[in-house]
Amino acid sequence: MASNSTASATEAPVFYQTEEAHPPSSTMLGFWLYLMSDCLIFAALFATYGVLGRSYAAGPGPKELFDLPLVAVNTSMLLFSSITYGFAMLSMERGSKGGTLGWLAITGLFGVAFVGLELFEFTHLIMEGAGPQRSAFLSSFFTLVGTHGVHVTCGIIWLITLMVQVSRLGLTAANKRRLMCLSLFWHFLDVIWIGVFSFVYLMGVLG
Amino acid sequence: MSAHPEAHGAHHAHGHDDHGHGDAAAHGSLKGYLIGFILSVILTAIPFWLVMANVIDSATGTAAAIMALGVVQIIVHMIYFLHMNTRSEGGWTMLALIFTLILVAITLSGSLWVMYHLNHNMMPGMSPELMREMP
Repeated sequence: MASNSTASATEAPVFYQTEEAHPPSSTMLGFWLYLMSDCLIFAALFATYGVLGRSYAAGPGPKELFDLPLVAVNTSMLLFSSITYGFAMLSMERGSKGGTLGWLAITGLFGVAFVGLELFEFTHLIMEGAGPQRSAFLSSFFTLVGTHGVHVTCGIIWLITLMVQVSRLGLTAANKRRLMCLSLFWHFLDVIWIGVFSFVYLMGVLG
Repeated sequence: MSAHPEAHGAHHAHGHDDHGHGDAAAHGSLKGYLIGFILSVILTAIPFWLVMANVIDSATGTAAAIMALGVVQIIVHMIYFLHMNTRSEGGWTMLALIFTLILVAITLSGSLWVMYHLNHNMMPGMSPELMREMP
């Protein structure tokens, strides 16, 4: 009896684990896998544009249509929104609710400016008679750039939703996790835009 | 992150907090974000400048420079904004990324290769009359 009780007393600390008690959350890995599948959608659209991008059907080509200064401004909007989202994440880590909300709002405004400029460009093209139905080049262009624009729009809606959540519930663990998912999404869209402005706009104007 | 620190004392709370940071991947620092931003601005400005100012005479050279700078900028974004590293989520994010990049490479190069050859064989010179005369 005595030996039994001492054995259990010495064994007890062995089973007392402090580190492995909670399985780590798999949300971030799952969201990353979603982003990778999204990446494949864009790969298919880039491939489509790569194949059809020179089929002008005797219509206007990239050199006549693309306005590089406008694209440069658009690119800078997205780049600024990336760094301001980074500042929002840093404010979140400090636990500053006001700072997080402020930086998120600035990020959202840059995002709105980006989508606005893109819509301005699209309406300008369509008014010139260079709509998606004009040629295979324009169909694939509108599909690729439009899909990216839809993603940014969804990101803005998500961002507004999270701003409401944070302002009502504060920086809870769930809200922090959501903000980190949106951070991945937002920066991922910036990565896709690098491909768009390099491959579509700059290479297109180059001829 | 700190759901029940009161029962286990300061040491556990500290360990728990560290754990939370570990599985949530690195958040980055102000310095990291600023380095990433400055590099991105430079890597964006150079290709626009190359095209708008027509710096390099050969179009092929300019195209190669644009694509190379694009790839570098994507890597910069991955490291400084998306905080990619080989340790996050036990290396599974990196594995998923490598798998995706292989699929993207197959999709892009395969499509361009196949469709280029298709267009090549359907060139105006290859009319049905010519095809009939071919051996």
